[in-house]
Amino acid sequence: MITFLANPARFLRVAGAVLPWCWAVAAVAGGLGLAIALFASPPDYQQGDSVRIMYIHVPSAWMALGAYTLMAAASAAALVWKHPLAHLVARAAAPLGAGFTAICLVTGALWGQTSWGTWWVWDARLTSVLILFFLYLGVIALGQAFDDAERGDRAAALLAIVGFVNIPVIKFSVDWWATLHQPASVLRAGGPAIDSSMLAPLLLMALAFLAYFLALLVLGVRAELAGRKARALMALGAAGEDRAL
Amino acid sequence: MDAITGFLHMGGYGAYVWPAFAAAALILAWMAVSTLRRLRGNERTLARLQDPRAPDGRPAEGARKGVGVEP
Repeated sequence: MITFLANPARFLRVAGAVLPWCWAVAAVAGGLGLAIALFASPPDYQQGDSVRIMYIHVPSAWMALGAYTLMAAASAAALVWKHPLAHLVARAAAPLGAGFTAICLVTGALWGQTSWGTWWVWDARLTSVLILFFLYLGVIALGQAFDDAERGDRAAALLAIVGFVNIPVIKFSVDWWATLHQPASVLRAGGPAIDSSMLAPLLLMALAFLAYFLALLVLGVRAELAGRKARALMALGAAGEDRAL
Repeated sequence: MDAITGFLHMGGYGAYVWPAFAAAALILAWMAVSTLRRLRGNERTLARLQDPRAPDGRPAEGARKGVGVEP
């Protein structure tokens, strides 16, 4: 019990120091990124101004994959080393990752309608990202499905780890299968194939989303920590009442 | 005025670009609101449980020294 409280206290102190920086980076990078994305960056020679959706769609996709990777890594750390904070990090990351995946799917559908003439297609990239969204929902649901929070932790962690196989599938789907979705333009062998006038706002928005995610992650872990302590106190209180009887 | 209409028009794609940005903003806001609500709710519950003053004046069963995080 004491070791449980000692580590989280240290974590909370560090996280509390980092938090205002996260908000600052999110605000500055996001403001600058949006300004360039909407005003200064050029329209695409084929897609015109619809390309500006990219500045939301691509960073949210990166966050969707990154958050899941963090969630799976935290789950593995929790199961292997039994560090209690790791389960809480995974729990806090799940709804945030689900949110970014939803942004990716919605903005992608709008962009797809303009560039492909369809809101949706069951190609490998879109289907695997939809599966990612369902995996997030499954992890969240499993975590809440048990009265015993620790059983919920373990069940959710298992699904998060098993579901990680979907991440390389998403990344390489555009190479392994013939997809309507275009292949990679930034994270590819040979470096980015995108002009710097578009790459700059793209990276700024990605940084903003990352900082925003980290800020909410810290708050989420704090929330989970408070919830666990409350449950522990309630269990102690119930045990005390039993003894009094 | 023309510049503003042009900006909103987004070269003919306004009906797609603006809903995309709006949806992103809404979902990002939801992420923050739901996290903060969970945080406030749990911290309030915890504070209530750690309050050493039980309704009848005796220390509550759940309040013990050493249980809690040093600020």
